[in-house]
Amino acid sequence: MIRFILLQNRQGKTRLAKYYVPLEDSEKHRVEYEVHRLVVNRDPKFTNFVEFRTHKVIYRRYAGLFFSMCVDITDNELAYLECIHLFVEILDHFFSNVCELDLVFNFHKVYLILDEFILAGELQETSKKAIIERMGELEKLE
Amino acid sequence: MALSGMRGLSVFISDVRNCQNKEQERLRVDKELGNIRTKFKNEKGLSPYEKKKYVWKMLYIYMLGYDVDFGHMETVSLISAPKYPEKQVGYIVTSCLLNENHDFLRLAINTVRNDIVGRNETFQCLALTMIGNIGGREFAESLAPDVQRLLMSSSCRPLVRKKAALCLLRLYRKNPDVVNVDGWSDQMAQLLDERDLGVLTSAMSLLVALVSNNHDAYWSCIPKCTRILERLARNQDVPQEYTYYGIPSPWLQVKTMRALQYFPAIEDPNTRRSLFEVLQRILMGTDVVKNVNKNNASHAVLFEALALVMHLDAEKEMMSQCVALLGKFIAVREPNIRYLGLENMARMLMVTDMQDIIKRHQAQIITSLKDPDISIRRRALDLLYGMCDVSNAKDIVEELLQYLSTSDFAMREELSLKVAILAEKFAPDLSWYVDVILQLIDKAGDFVSDDIWFRVVQFVTNNEDLQPYAALKAKEYLDKPAIHETMVKVSAYLLGEFGHLLARRPGCSAKELFSLIHDKLPTVSPPAISILLSSYAKILMHTQPPDPELQNQIWAVFRKYESCIDAEIQQRAIEYLALSRKGAALMDILAEMPKFPERQSSLIKKAEDAETDTAEKSAIKLRAQQQTSNALVVTDQQPLNGTSPVGPLSIVKVPSMSSDMDAGDHGLTQSNGSLSEMGQHATTPDLLGDLLGPVAIEAPPSASVQSEQNFVSDQEVSSSVVDVLALAPAEELTSAVQPIGNIAERFQNLCLKDSGVLYEDPYIQIGIKAEWRMHHGRLILFLGNKNTSPLVSVLALILSPAHLKMELSLVPEIIPPRAQVQCPLEVVNIRPSRDVAVLDFSYKFATSLVNVKLRLPAVLNKFLQPASVSMEEFFNQWRSLSGPPLKLQEVVRGVRPMTLLEMANLFTNYRLTVLPGLDPNPNNLAACTTFCSESTRAMLCLVRIETDPADRSQLRMTIASGDPMLTFELKEFIKELLVAILMTSPAPAPTPPPATELAIPAAASTDPGAMLAGLL
Repeated sequence: MIRFILLQNRQGKTRLAKYYVPLEDSEKHRVEYEVHRLVVNRDPKFTNFVEFRTHKVIYRRYAGLFFSMCVDITDNELAYLECIHLFVEILDHFFSNVCELDLVFNFHKVYLILDEFILAGELQETSKKAIIERMGELEKLE
Repeated sequence: MALSGMRGLSVFISDVRNCQNKEQERLRVDKELGNIRTKFKNEKGLSPYEKKKYVWKMLYIYMLGYDVDFGHMETVSLISAPKYPEKQVGYIVTSCLLNENHDFLRLAINTVRNDIVGRNETFQCLALTMIGNIGGREFAESLAPDVQRLLMSSSCRPLVRKKAALCLLRLYRKNPDVVNVDGWSDQMAQLLDERDLGVLTSAMSLLVALVSNNHDAYWSCIPKCTRILERLARNQDVPQEYTYYGIPSPWLQVKTMRALQYFPAIEDPNTRRSLFEVLQRILMGTDVVKNVNKNNASHAVLFEALALVMHLDAEKEMMSQCVALLGKFIAVREPNIRYLGLENMARMLMVTDMQDIIKRHQAQIITSLKDPDISIRRRALDLLYGMCDVSNAKDIVEELLQYLSTSDFAMREELSLKVAILAEKFAPDLSWYVDVILQLIDKAGDFVSDDIWFRVVQFVTNNEDLQPYAALKAKEYLDKPAIHETMVKVSAYLLGEFGHLLARRPGCSAKELFSLIHDKLPTVSPPAISILLSSYAKILMHTQPPDPELQNQIWAVFRKYESCIDAEIQQRAIEYLALSRKGAALMDILAEMPKFPERQSSLIKKAEDAETDTAEKSAIKLRAQQQTSNALVVTDQQPLNGTSPVGPLSIVKVPSMSSDMDAGDHGLTQSNGSLSEMGQHATTPDLLGDLLGPVAIEAPPSASVQSEQNFVSDQEVSSSVVDVLALAPAEELTSAVQPIGNIAERFQNLCLKDSGVLYEDPYIQIGIKAEWRMHHGRLILFLGNKNTSPLVSVLALILSPAHLKMELSLVPEIIPPRAQVQCPLEVVNIRPSRDVAVLDFSYKFATSLVNVKLRLPAVLNKFLQPASVSMEEFFNQWRSLSGPPLKLQEVVRGVRPMTLLEMANLFTNYRLTVLPGLDPNPNNLAACTTFCSESTRAMLCLVRIETDPADRSQLRMTIASGDPMLTFELKEFIKELLVAILMTSPAPAPTPPPATELAIPAAASTDPGAMLAGLL
């Protein structure tokens, strides 16, 4: 199960934080700080997996952005690694050539997309087409 | 620049971005928060659009890491807005700002419920999403039925149903009672027929959570999961949008294989075959490709397939294929794959007996211990730790010690603990163990917990041979100029206790030792000083006749600390001073520490208790718990039934207690069952009387026998009673030492498998590895002493029935501490019989004599060899064996209800080849096998079972072979399997009244089945 998803830039600014386990605010801030420190200095030649407390963080770097998912020790690492990539592809498709600024100014859209992609810490939909179509439907309602 | 669509929001974001420094940013944010707070105060004047905008701003500020301690009410209230745009913001921001423990959330329950039961699909989706992400127990209790209804509804779009599935998963995790198993399992199975892969992906996650808790109710899902896997693996009917870089939904494949790992076994041969085909395809067909994403996705599937293959205990061939793959992976450059190779190899160790093959990769694994990436180093460490045994402990531990000096601080504590555990578990000799621990303290003193040095003291105290050596080593370390405080503590302690043993060596007089220790005193902290004072007192005590000069020196130290501010030190100083003036009395009080009682190493316990926190229990751990360990290494396993290992008190056993306990046990069985005579039989002092008695007593006699055990023992009783001829041995214990795990279950397992643990208690583990060839067998008994003291008076006698010739090689009388001895046992089968050989095993530990009688798995089916014959051969043979006594028929009643498939599987497990399609009637089953013994040579046996689909509790079986005794024995053997084999069946099968021992012909003539056979 995914415990939380973080999207942070190299400076450690959080661009998206979604928690599927109940944490207090102070704990969330500490987690964000620690995860950033954990991944930011890792050599690109290293694995995309790193232990974090009693869990592990699966992360991937796209330009200056780190996408990190904290999952259970027993979870399938590569499946989550590609889950990150699929999310990035969806964002890329939605914003047509996504960049950090898109995510900053449209953070609320990113949350919406994420809710169509992952729910209760589990994958909900793996079809890019289905998610993009759904986003289209929702935009019409606004 | 992309804009948010809300001008005010975009402006605010730009402002924040344009701040030059953190301070400016804080000012801008504070200004905005003040603004929002005022606006919310005069709520009446706010338009829905404005409200929405402010709530988004709040979320943005919150995301930047600022506290937002107001506005929660406004956010939650947006949930009840009538229009979508406001409602959406309310739901999304609430699920980011609040968690399940917030009181505000309770206010929203009613609105959320209305949205779920209402007709508006979009609202349903919003509500399901929020509950799925932050719903707590209260939501679970009040909303689960509604969510279930949406999930199963035929009128809802897949969009709603996939959300409902995951929402239900969340609620189930919060409160498992919300999913009522009885009604739900069928619906779950029905869900797996879903064509929409989005819904199926969500449903599969739900299934994984359900089966991880209780797989029993979901057996019907196995064939469906297999079909889903086949569909994906063959890429049949998978829409383009669900393939990812050409791979049909890798995530669904992974989830499906994960679900299957929670079922203990997959019995249906057809399902098993299809599944293995798919797995084989994955194992063979996954190549390394250039595209990173494709490569990752296909390997995600491959690694899950590996896990499933390991779980299913595939044939040796497939397992070796897996090990070969893993061996390849741990040597590749690609870090992720190498990491996973190491991780999965460590998992493989937990479930299979592939140690030897894995050991071949030791050098490669050690290379990864030096990888620059800490993630890989950790995996390598775990794997080395897992694969360590007596044969390679020295190499691995020395490698780890060497690595300790260069390893990261983050890993040192773990590393130290692991080194200490391995050294303790697998030390080839104890002096090596002492060396390792002292080196460990020397190299990584800061990371060595007290447990580690306490343990080495225990070892040394309990082993006299070791004491001079340990004292000498301690002195050597104290000679060094700067040593770690822990080293001072342990060295001082050892020299205090055992320093006098060195007295004849140069430089080791009491005086010299004292000054050596005392030199370190100024460098250490109060807790260490206390230990030093004790050492001085001990040295003083050991110096007989007293040396006045030394005495004065030490008294001076005591006097100095009489006024120490630390109460502990002060007390010790005063007491030791007073005591040391008492002369002879001193000798008694400060005498050497007595031996420590044997106890489970607190270190190992610490390692076992390592905290894990996962949404679903780990399939691999569940499996390890369900099965008795295959590993033949000596490990301190926690007893499965939760009773604690024997405490120090129970070791010292009064002999008379034994009979009391036995009597208690008999009374207990009597009150449970009808068999009053068994008690008498079991207490007969004559061993043969035990053996020939009609009943077995399985459960260990003990005051704390658990009800579960009683149950098992009862069943065992009834299963033996069924068979009036079986010479079931009694397995009773003559002491209070309790076996770990269930002896009967272990025996049953070994009847099917060729290696595993036969017996285990807190002191010894007896493992078995067997090889069978025709009518010969070679068993190796592994006797492993789990303790730090030797086991003495070890005696192993084989009580073999008349039909087996058995020869046990010499068993040593003493098993050294922590050692494992191997004793080969040769078996020759002379003629067919179901009698069972017994190992009468005894040893002495401290004051308790332990004696157990263990059935040996040299049972009839071990001499069977699966045979394959053509239909023609079968019928020819069948016709030529025309009637009794070569062909016997019997109607068996009280058969454990099972489907024909289950029966076929049972037969296969016992090495009878099922011949599908041979019998034209689908309710019948034909099988054949070859039996080997000296008298019969290899002889073909034919079996036919006719079942009545209307009444599964009875069947008619016909057995044919060229030897009357074989036919009879095989018939009885199969009957036993069918009537009461599975101990997991909830109620013991009704059993015919036990007759006393009968000769074979008598049985045949009174048996209605046999008479029926006579009519043939």
